[in-house]
Amino acid sequence: MHTGFLTIYWRDMIRFVRFRTLLISSLVQPALWMAFFGIAMSANFDRLGAGIPIVPGSIQVPYLTFMGAGVIAMTTLFTSLFGGIVLLFDKNWGLMREILASPLPRNHIILGIGLSGMTKSFIQAFIIIGFGLLIGVGFFAGFAPVDTIIALLGVMLFVAVFSLGFLFFSAAISISMETPEGLQGIITLLTMPIFFASNALYPVSAFPVFLQELSKWNPLTHLINGIRYFAIGDEFYSIGVHYSQTPADIFLSFSVLVGFAVSMFLVAWWRFRVAVVT
Amino acid sequence: MAEDGNIIEVKDLFHAYGDVQAVDGISFAVRKGEIFSFLGPNGAGKSTAINVLTTLQRLQKGEAMVAGFDVSKESQKVRESIGIVFQEVTLDRDMTVWEILEFHGRLYSMGREERRTRIEELLELVELASKRDVLTKHLSGGMKRRLEIARGLMTRPIVLFLDEPTIGLDPQTRIRMWGYIQEVNRQGTTIFLTTHYMDEADQLSDRICIMDRGRIIARGRSWELKNTLGQDLIYLETSDNDEAERILGSVPDVKSIGRKSKGLLVMITADGTHLLPVLIERLREKHIGIVTVNLKKPSMDDVFVHYTGREIRDESQEKQSTAPGRK
Repeated sequence: MHTGFLTIYWRDMIRFVRFRTLLISSLVQPALWMAFFGIAMSANFDRLGAGIPIVPGSIQVPYLTFMGAGVIAMTTLFTSLFGGIVLLFDKNWGLMREILASPLPRNHIILGIGLSGMTKSFIQAFIIIGFGLLIGVGFFAGFAPVDTIIALLGVMLFVAVFSLGFLFFSAAISISMETPEGLQGIITLLTMPIFFASNALYPVSAFPVFLQELSKWNPLTHLINGIRYFAIGDEFYSIGVHYSQTPADIFLSFSVLVGFAVSMFLVAWWRFRVAVVT
Repeated sequence: MAEDGNIIEVKDLFHAYGDVQAVDGISFAVRKGEIFSFLGPNGAGKSTAINVLTTLQRLQKGEAMVAGFDVSKESQKVRESIGIVFQEVTLDRDMTVWEILEFHGRLYSMGREERRTRIEELLELVELASKRDVLTKHLSGGMKRRLEIARGLMTRPIVLFLDEPTIGLDPQTRIRMWGYIQEVNRQGTTIFLTTHYMDEADQLSDRICIMDRGRIIARGRSWELKNTLGQDLIYLETSDNDEAERILGSVPDVKSIGRKSKGLLVMITADGTHLLPVLIERLREKHIGIVTVNLKKPSMDDVFVHYTGREIRDESQEKQSTAPGRK
């Protein structure tokens, strides 16, 4: 098997650890979200939700735990959307010419960038989970050690497929754009609807119908479904809303993410095949 | 069409960007083991030609073979056989010298052992062994260029393409760079280079193609090109240039006479040190006053002016002013 994508991966990881400020900020930022937004919001939501009658025998999940999954998803989304920007810098600084003039198949460039972005998302997800557990996020509550490992693997699987989808998307845009500003514009435009038309921070059940429809097609919603299923459980109450996921629901969410990743890969591949960099 | 001993063969190559015909039907061959150069002003089509030959741009029209492979049909094979040093510096500022070469070797699927020995060899060759772990942003301009040449040689290419290899370098560094290029060539790598420096083409290459506006307007060895202008050149400013031109035109050893803004450029086929007094005597007889006289050997600049009617420097001006520290 051709392992050219590992070369691209190797180089991108060198850069990741070499740019100290970028490295540190990307690690600290998700923890800050949890610390400030999470604690502030959970104080409010839990106070509001205190009056809602509790169904006997059900598992109540505090808001901090609920949104912990959302913060993992959000961080993965942002990191992945910007993950391809390195290709744009390579292109503008002439570095892409070396790669495009080499015999390396172009889909390996996409794979390599996808893999390194995925690694970064894993690292961030672990930081959020670790830091979250410290400040009281109730992930893996009552899980046996084996269940915890399975749950972690499940979360990683969802994060992996989701991040690859958006990394391929980001790579496709980056190789087609001329300036980082243009890329930034597109990404900023997209993050808003993707992030807020999802169940990251609040339940979607109170949304207007069209927003609910939108959120059903939103990959972010499916990622969050997966994370909550594995990290919290298949059935729980939070903010007075009942959440229940069957394995079939989760399989569907996973399939949506796989479909998204595959189609984004094909788009990126097409953009790379026609890319001319001189 | 491949002929023995030719590394590159190009036939009727055309390339256009929209309405602009960047390469307008060129044909040439590069022989194994030689240093071959494309000389011409910026915008002559040199880089476009090199981009097509190195498969960075799709071949639009014509035929091109590199290292025995068809550029349009076997681009993968071509890529495996060539090395490239681009016009602009294309080094990642935040990678070390060693990492740059390692990355390149991996891109071309070289084995670990082979990469290691090759990197050592090349760092010796370009005298960067002591800079192995230095980030490229801390290297001088000349070192960066040397590293790029080493990178271009990493995969032991059959032919190395150098696009304006000494652009932006100071005169001493340029001369050292020529030394490295000649050494690489001596070790058996065919070199294809583009340049807009006359002296670079002149001193470095075995054969030169002069390009202008997408076409090859002259080709040959450096001395052959200069000889087309005659053995010596005499520049004269006189009190009556028209009359002087008529008189000198009838002298047997005068090959041709060109008009300059203030004077005449006389190409002669004899030794100028002997012919010049004769010419001056002829003009004196007709009472034509001589303001300035200059005798010189034809240079590549003169060759270029002869073929294009313009100085190459005029068109390089813009680029020179944006690249400080260059001659």
